[in-house]
Amino acid sequence: MSLIGNLFRSTVGRKFLMAVTGFILVGFVTGHLVGNLQVFAHPDKINGYAHFLQSLGPALWVVRLGLLAAVGIHIWAAVTLTLESKQARGPEPYGVKKWIRASVASRYMRLTGLVVLAFIAYHLAHFTIGAAGADTFKTRLAEYQMQEEFHLLGFPIVAKGQTVHDVYSMVFLGFSSPVVALFYMLAVALLTVHLLHGFDSMFQTIGWRSSKWSAALRTVTVLYCLAYLAGNLAIPGAILAGLVKPAPGTTAAQRIAAVAPASLAQR
Amino acid sequence: MAKLDSKIPSGPLADKWRKHKTEIKLVNPANKRKYEVIVVGAGLAGSSAAATLAELGYKVKSFVFHDSPRRAHSIAAQGGINAAKNYQNDGDSVYRLFYDTIKGGDYRAREANVHRLAEVSVNIIDQCVAQGVPFAREYGGLLANRSFGGAQVSRTFYARGQTGQQLLLGAYSALSRMVGQGAVELFTNEEMTDLVVVGGQAKGIITRNLVSGELRRWAADAVILATGGYGNVFNLSTYARGSNVTAIWRAYKRGACFGNPCYTQIHPTCIPVTGDYQSKLTLMSESLRNDGRIWVPKRKEDCRKDPASIAEEDRDYYLERMYPSFGNLAPRDIASRAAKRVCDEGRGIGETGLGVYLDFADAINRLGEAAVRERYGNLFDIYHEITDENAYKTPMRIYPAVHYTMGGLWVDYNLMSNVPGLFVLGEANFSDHGANRLGASALMQGLADGYFVIPYTIGDYLAGQKPGSRPSPDAPEFKEAEANVRAMTQRLLGAKGTQPVSHFHKRLGQIMWNYCGMARTKEGLQKALQELPKLREEFWATVKVPGSADTLNQSLENAGRVADFIELGELMCLDALTREESCGGHFREEHQYPDGECKRDDEKFGHVAAWEFQGPGQAPLRNVEPLNYEFVKMSVRNYK
Amino acid sequence: MVAEASNKTISVTLRVWRQAGPNQPGSFVDYTAKGLNTNMSFLELLDVVNDDITRQGGEPIAFAHDCREGICGTCSLVIDGKPHGPHRGVASCQTYVRSFADGAVITVEPFRARPFPVVKDLITDRAAFDKIQQAGGYISVRTGAAPDANANAVPKEDAELAMDAAACIGCGACVAACKNASAMLFVAAKVSHLGLMPQGQPERDKRVLAMVNTADDLGFGSCTNQYECSAACPKLISHDFIARLNRDYIGATFRSAFTPASANTGGGA
Repeated sequence: MSLIGNLFRSTVGRKFLMAVTGFILVGFVTGHLVGNLQVFAHPDKINGYAHFLQSLGPALWVVRLGLLAAVGIHIWAAVTLTLESKQARGPEPYGVKKWIRASVASRYMRLTGLVVLAFIAYHLAHFTIGAAGADTFKTRLAEYQMQEEFHLLGFPIVAKGQTVHDVYSMVFLGFSSPVVALFYMLAVALLTVHLLHGFDSMFQTIGWRSSKWSAALRTVTVLYCLAYLAGNLAIPGAILAGLVKPAPGTTAAQRIAAVAPASLAQR
Repeated sequence: MAKLDSKIPSGPLADKWRKHKTEIKLVNPANKRKYEVIVVGAGLAGSSAAATLAELGYKVKSFVFHDSPRRAHSIAAQGGINAAKNYQNDGDSVYRLFYDTIKGGDYRAREANVHRLAEVSVNIIDQCVAQGVPFAREYGGLLANRSFGGAQVSRTFYARGQTGQQLLLGAYSALSRMVGQGAVELFTNEEMTDLVVVGGQAKGIITRNLVSGELRRWAADAVILATGGYGNVFNLSTYARGSNVTAIWRAYKRGACFGNPCYTQIHPTCIPVTGDYQSKLTLMSESLRNDGRIWVPKRKEDCRKDPASIAEEDRDYYLERMYPSFGNLAPRDIASRAAKRVCDEGRGIGETGLGVYLDFADAINRLGEAAVRERYGNLFDIYHEITDENAYKTPMRIYPAVHYTMGGLWVDYNLMSNVPGLFVLGEANFSDHGANRLGASALMQGLADGYFVIPYTIGDYLAGQKPGSRPSPDAPEFKEAEANVRAMTQRLLGAKGTQPVSHFHKRLGQIMWNYCGMARTKEGLQKALQELPKLREEFWATVKVPGSADTLNQSLENAGRVADFIELGELMCLDALTREESCGGHFREEHQYPDGECKRDDEKFGHVAAWEFQGPGQAPLRNVEPLNYEFVKMSVRNYK
Repeated sequence: MVAEASNKTISVTLRVWRQAGPNQPGSFVDYTAKGLNTNMSFLELLDVVNDDITRQGGEPIAFAHDCREGICGTCSLVIDGKPHGPHRGVASCQTYVRSFADGAVITVEPFRARPFPVVKDLITDRAAFDKIQQAGGYISVRTGAAPDANANAVPKEDAELAMDAAACIGCGACVAACKNASAMLFVAAKVSHLGLMPQGQPERDKRVLAMVNTADDLGFGSCTNQYECSAACPKLISHDFIARLNRDYIGATFRSAFTPASANTGGGA
């Protein structure tokens, strides 16, 4: 078989593609989280950052398509391998079958993967396209005026006084809905479970794992997953619980102040 | 009367094989593919032969009754394989390996065969290493050796305690390569049930497919049997349950002579029988006797007591007492017979009274438990797994068990039986071990036969056969043989009995063990020869073989094998009775020195007994091939 | 201690999968076995049950077995949901009655996987493993062509690691245990054993590609890194070898795609 044939047809090749795309996606969700954590800082930060990403133009689309391809390949490989594995198991199920050592996370990869997929679809509709929760989508909100110059790695990116989309307010308003926030929290929890197996599994599939350091790798995996989970729960969690309030003067602060008495009255 | 021409080349011992190789006939490369060779069995000898013959260009068909060639019982050999490499610089040589093997066999093997074995032993190691066999190595990366019984040099190559497995997997990989290339056709789950002889020459076999039950006829230009030993005639042995005599027994009934059937090796250190349900005896490595002390209670009444409660002065360290210079490291046959003797006196231990203690308490006191664990940890684990006893705390229980048969079909120097075209390799033939096999020599012989002997010698026969002259499988001889198998199958299935096959196998095993086991007497053998025909008749009258012939039917498989074992048992007892001497694994109590060592009679029995079938119900004919010792003097084995 | 152990007897009920032949419907049938000495092996228990069935005029349970000392790889039972039974690092034949409680109901099934079709009752056809081996599980060396065994030094560590992999008995418990019926541990053991030896280098890439692709073609599933295989393996072969296999396979894939081949051997096309 050729290179493409081996990678896209053989089981090991497709697992390799899953690992590589998994690696890309782990990188993405990690970067995404770090970017999002700026919501706890001054609105300039996340809005300036968002504006920077938007301003990348074609480069943004390259990244987006790359990520979409990664997701697509990851899912395609997972689905085809799963179907083949179900086929391989044969027609007759075991009367009694016990797990010996497989981790709980590993047993539910297909389920957690599916929920994460559903979540990604919703998430894109919500914060990227604006199809869900359209009234709080960034394009419907008043533009935000940068109060300071925004730097990234020392480079000046967005000038003071420039008007940009108010992603900051979008996030606050989005997560002020308990249903939305709880769904987000559930989804990231399941994504964490997915990573709890997927993270060191990537290393095994690429061939970089061995019993000499698998325990250390496992520790890194667990620590990473805990940090990832904590960070991701913190954003919707803190907003929903009211632990962080939108910065005064932002659209989000005004809207929440306007709605709050009414929602209180409803309870 | 069979003509037994050993075809031993003339000339000096060390030149015989080289000379023979240059003188025997060759088949030209273009003609090789015109010859079909059947290889039955895929252990060390069968796999290596099938692979090598295919490499040479012959069309090979390989038959195994297992579901895969990798299951053959060579896989279970633990200790190692001898080779005269002299990598240790300890004075080893081809001659020394030859001499040790001849002496170990108690001067009942052919000099020329054994010398050839020693010569090719070095090639075997080269071949196996090239195949990727992961032999043990020293830190410098070169091959490691260990010492084994019967030798004063360190010449045994090993792969942990799984040497047989690794060598077999090497041969299996060579065979697999040839199967993958289409040079060998592999037939698994296919049991040979008869040999087809056409015009006095072996030209095919009948097989039963063990899955479909179908009987099939296979014609070829030559037939190679590499079907292993027949120790399961004793029912309980260290053999695999499936190991059987059927292929060579049915060849015997087609005219191939059976050489020295009574030569049986009994290994002293096996885990004893615990009950009548038992199917298998497990070997505990002989190396344990380096640090363990063997004893039984002095008094019968102590035998059921907790060994810890038996005082030192009430214990009989009988090997140390009887063989003070050799002690617990007495040779295999001596140690085995001594254990039998104390148990016969009623001083055996354990539930059945057939067991002796192998005690590590002294070693643990002297070296510490950790050191003992380091040396023998895996063996103690196996022991624990099987017996649920902790041998660090309580002595191991051991007892001798059958584990190799030196006898087998008679073959000449070319490994061809007296039926032209029928070749026999490995444990299935009688050739190289005489009356006793040394440790780590079985693997050597299997691979020597398959890799380095048959590829040369089969050409000598085939060159005399016209290419394409093999008969059609529709020839009357094939039909007759198939009908013969079918009739036997129907007879087994039709027996209106009530007893499962295992019932008869157990009874056969008891008769054989009691009368044709470690120590044999005239009276015992005569008794066995009265009981065995009765057992045979009872078997055919009262065996119950459920199921049908046209499906997978393990009862039927076993029934056929046990029927053959019962007949073989008679021949073994007859051979043991006739051989009025003791030699190696054949110990006649009437013929021993005062110290219990074998008393040979070279004058009368310095020969091979090759038994020839004379028809059902007829006494077999005892042919004799004299053993002419030209280079070594037959002397009393002395290991003291 | 000795007397106590061998005197103990128990009774159990076996729920055994009975299936008359390939592609025929099967079902569980219960058999009661009484007065079992706890030192009996599990296969001996089946022997005893079979003798009873035979005496009562039934057809005995077909089960695969041979050496009964854990090395031939023939025995292949799933006992109470675990390949080779409750204990780690043993084959079915090394499972003993003492591992079960008096009165236990023990479910006994064949290894199940599409590439291992049931032949009868508890026997499956594992010829697929031979086919994988035939695809490349060897070093191509003609008999007689070998250099002196000590011509090449093999680092002791490599030889030991190779032996760890080579200890595979080819029983198929890894496939039976895997929820995907993947043969990766088996393939990995063979590929690693030969790939760790200097002798195995010339064919290393060819071997791994051929063996994995053959396993795929035979219908084995893929690895999801859950390590049930190594836990069920009677020789406890490490799934580290699967990582090594993955690395070898991907490396071979890229090397074979980008390394020019001599046009004269026909490989250039």
